[in-house]
Amino acid sequence: MKIDHSLPLEYSTEENRLKILGFWIFLGAEIVLFSTLFAVYFTLQHNVGNGPAGSHIFELTPVMIETIVLLSSSFTIGLGVHAMRLGNKKAMMTFFGITLLLGLVFLGVEITEFVTYIHEGATMQTSAFLSALFTLLGTHGMHVTFGLLWGSAILMQVKKRGLTPETANKSFIFSLYWHFLDVVWIFIFSFVYLKGMM
Amino acid sequence: MKKKWLLISSFLVMILSGCDNPLLIFDTKGPQAKTISDTIIFSIIVMAVVLFVVYVLFTFMLVKYRASKTDDEYEPPYEEGSKWLEITWITIPVIIVVILSVVTVRSTIDVESTPKAYAHEKPLIVYASSSNWKWHFSYPEEGIETVNYVNIPEDRPIEFKLYSYGPITSLWIPQLAGQKYAMSDMVTTIHLVADTPGSYMGKNSNFSGKDFAHMEFEAQVLTAKDYDEWVQDVKDTAPTLTEEEFTHLLEPGVLGRKTYSSTHLQFSPAPEGEHAGHHHGDDMDMHGEQ
Amino acid sequence: MKWDEFFVTGEPMIYAAMVSIVLVSIAIPVGLTYFKKWGYLWRHWLTTVDHKKIGVMYIIAALLMLFRGGVDALLMRAQTAIPDNGLLDGQHYNEIFTTHGIIMILFMAMPFIIGLMNVVIPLQIGARDVAFPRLNAVSFWLFFFGAMLLNISFVIGGSPDAGWTAYFPLASVEFSPTVGNNYYSLALQIAGIGTLMTGINFLVTILKMRAPGMKLMKMPMFTWSILITSIIIVFAFPVLTVALALMMLDRQFGTQFFAMQNGGMDMLWANLFWVWGHPEVYIVILPAFGIYSEIIATFAKKNLYGYKSMVYSMVAISLLSFLVWVHHFYTMGHGVMVNSVFSITTMAIAIPTGVKIFNWLFTLRKGKISFTTPMLYSLAFIPIFTIGGVTGVMLAMASADYQYHNTMFLVAHFHYVLIPGTVFAVIAGFHYWFPKLFGFKLNERLGKWSFWFIAISFNVTFFPLFILGLNGMTRRMYTYSESTGYGPLNMLSMVGALGLTIGFILLVYNIYWSTRYQPREVTGDPWDARSLEWSTPSPVPEYNFAKVPVIDTLDAFWYSKKEGKPLTDEDDYEPIHMPNNNGQPFIMGVFFFFFGFFMVFSWWIPAIIAGLFILGTMAYRSFEKDHGHYISVGEIERTENALRGEKE
Repeated sequence: MKIDHSLPLEYSTEENRLKILGFWIFLGAEIVLFSTLFAVYFTLQHNVGNGPAGSHIFELTPVMIETIVLLSSSFTIGLGVHAMRLGNKKAMMTFFGITLLLGLVFLGVEITEFVTYIHEGATMQTSAFLSALFTLLGTHGMHVTFGLLWGSAILMQVKKRGLTPETANKSFIFSLYWHFLDVVWIFIFSFVYLKGMM
Repeated sequence: MKKKWLLISSFLVMILSGCDNPLLIFDTKGPQAKTISDTIIFSIIVMAVVLFVVYVLFTFMLVKYRASKTDDEYEPPYEEGSKWLEITWITIPVIIVVILSVVTVRSTIDVESTPKAYAHEKPLIVYASSSNWKWHFSYPEEGIETVNYVNIPEDRPIEFKLYSYGPITSLWIPQLAGQKYAMSDMVTTIHLVADTPGSYMGKNSNFSGKDFAHMEFEAQVLTAKDYDEWVQDVKDTAPTLTEEEFTHLLEPGVLGRKTYSSTHLQFSPAPEGEHAGHHHGDDMDMHGEQ
Repeated sequence: MKWDEFFVTGEPMIYAAMVSIVLVSIAIPVGLTYFKKWGYLWRHWLTTVDHKKIGVMYIIAALLMLFRGGVDALLMRAQTAIPDNGLLDGQHYNEIFTTHGIIMILFMAMPFIIGLMNVVIPLQIGARDVAFPRLNAVSFWLFFFGAMLLNISFVIGGSPDAGWTAYFPLASVEFSPTVGNNYYSLALQIAGIGTLMTGINFLVTILKMRAPGMKLMKMPMFTWSILITSIIIVFAFPVLTVALALMMLDRQFGTQFFAMQNGGMDMLWANLFWVWGHPEVYIVILPAFGIYSEIIATFAKKNLYGYKSMVYSMVAISLLSFLVWVHHFYTMGHGVMVNSVFSITTMAIAIPTGVKIFNWLFTLRKGKISFTTPMLYSLAFIPIFTIGGVTGVMLAMASADYQYHNTMFLVAHFHYVLIPGTVFAVIAGFHYWFPKLFGFKLNERLGKWSFWFIAISFNVTFFPLFILGLNGMTRRMYTYSESTGYGPLNMLSMVGALGLTIGFILLVYNIYWSTRYQPREVTGDPWDARSLEWSTPSPVPEYNFAKVPVIDTLDAFWYSKKEGKPLTDEDDYEPIHMPNNNGQPFIMGVFFFFFGFFMVFSWWIPAIIAGLFILGTMAYRSFEKDHGHYISVGEIERTENALRGEKE
């Protein structure tokens, strides 16, 4: 395998470059997926049936925590990739570790939020609006969950195998995925929560 | 010019219809169906010209340039494409599409409103709702209801208000007007006028489950006098439609004809206005958006 | 659940299907054991990551599905051939036309095209494989097990019965209480994920792995069509993913998306379905255009006329394909405005399509046309598809559509588009590229017989449906009364369907006959063709190109033949890096199958376990160390000499 040392490690082989492009295209498909979910949500957001409207159930505090936590995790994974480019394996692993921990916190708060809704009688089955809400948030949450598993697997590999073109490539792609989830969350935060609370 | 045009179109209708027995959608009995039938015949003629051009070119190429007719030494030339030819076969289709678009928009406006000649008359409103696998026709003005048949007066604008107690269906009386969906959460409207008394086939054209094929009804066009007599007769003789009876009617199955001297609209209103399906206590009207 | 709810009972045809499934499932392992082919099957096929073999498996699966869907079609035609026929009851007929639609579009047309693109694209662009060979195998196995999942619904649990469009509320639990539509949502989901991966894979392959010198505007037209198709796949399939997920949630988890109460909106499904569904039509038709472009240029012995406008017209079609979905339900009661806009966008598609038709016709002009089997299909495509096209324009007119909608006229139209469009194309492509894969041509005489049977019978089958539609016959009716007068034309259509059957049987017989008796083909270029795939020996060695060709023009291979200059430089061979075979994609597919099956029946715990196994196979993939292998120079030399004859 030819390694081009003039490029960052994650781009250094042909295979790596193909994988990064492929992942960008995959993210394009993910954008369509989330756009469709948003479209469904916007179509159904006023169809509350006999259930509560968004303004009745949304609470600012947990949502703010989720937002801050996820935004910081996007920052820390950026630092992680920076450390990786400098070849600092330890710093890179620390930042990736912090990222995953923040992801875990996010997930915890989101699950608590869901449990609160359900206790208030706002379940996924109550109305079309709530079905759309839970599906949109749930799909994002599932992505985060999958990210936690995937990120942990990559961390283990970096620990065992060091920073090779392969592990660097995986870590970089994972960081793209994580940033993407953050962008989706910003849209959720603005157009679901803020708009819904107004 | 107009005569020639008529001649061509009537010739075409004859071909399409086998002369004595015209195809259903060309055998029109009202202005709306006529508008659509004319639109279709016009489009068939335009498309026939397109087909003719393609077939002539196709035949010419195949006959002239087959390998068995050229000598062995012949080397086909390299051809990049021709700007003028490209422009030709873009421009002409664009013109055709523009013409057809104009025809489409105008005819769509026509069939989506009361025919002009009848615009001054007050339309008769008939609520047509479907359930598995039957049609319920409610006449709110007359206060009568029928199942699996509908009687309408000739030469008077009719508005069918459609909705469904189940799967999406589509009410279609081909000789009178085009079809439209009946859905559970909103009301749609068919505007039509029948200008010839007679009995016409009506059906649900949208697949709705097991006995969909049997979801036919008779649309009978009566003279104004006969219609009034029929209404009076129903009022005098038919039983009233109770809520219990209606619930019974809604159960899945195939039924014969039924007649009642009251409608289900009092206790089970159509999904319009405040009863529209997908929002409760919210005054934003979503129907326009979808 | 009782066993008689689990297995479908009470129909002789279903018992016959069960017996044949059992017999086949016994016969396959017995046969494999007897001929000692287990190892061969595993090492050379189930674990393969070679794009050519994956392509062949796609095509075999597509042919099998063609026969399954074809039997459905025959049953439908037989049931409606005479009025008041009692061959099938309403429910059974509904299941059959539903599975016919799903299978023909998603499990026949798509995989056949994906199979051909797998075989051809890397060869056509001078690459040694696709960008992600492992992912390619995953795609195939997801498609394959998705298709199997849908097929077992016939005997276990019941098939979907709400039409291939599965409109709500008809497809809801209330109106479709069997697990049939659970199969729909899960089988299509699994296969759909595979297709999405294929789209990404080929997009990267075509963008990044072309031979040196092959600029975008020097790519063969088939490659262009696949590039555009892949983009459509990437943008359209996630919509299907969402739609199917919502369907599953509504049916199995009690959500209210498409419900009749609590704010649900039934037409939301129709919108989502067709936002995917209409681009899907172009996913199966654009590659067909690509195939025809290759074949017509080859057998007219001329370069493709108007190359640039062919490319631009495909780009235009792909953009428009996302802007027309509402024409599937003009009758839903939108205003005149909405219907008019979508009428115009729909008719506009005719313009770029017309450009293509005229360019093909002018490719023939001044050509030297030889009528081989693939060329016959490509030529027949033009007049027949044009009928489909012009009736499409007629259907696009909103007001007129109020009379065509849901009628046999519509059915005739889309068969006139999809059969001469897609089906003729894949058969033509199959005949055309067959010698590349297997080293011998299919028999021309048998091929032509089967062509004439198919082309003529097709028109006999489907033309009467136009007239039936104009006479008010709606689609999906399992029966009609004699007084409607629909009988004779339906009988004629049945006769045509039998002719089609004979045509397809001849096609399969041709494969058998040619395998046994056809002479081997040694040049690698049996058609005197134009693009790079023909510069390789037939059958193509594992690594495709011993040396990567360098090209400077479209049809570079054609000019290299004419001018006698080689496509590669004179240097010696270098070792070639190739990916290793691996069983993980196959095993992952098996787990997906079980996951889907358990989900269909809402058996949560087994489903979760199967889901964990899927995650396990993904983790295995993440942790495994697989750097592929090198093919040595000596081995390349041996292979090349054996395939091309001794070097002078």
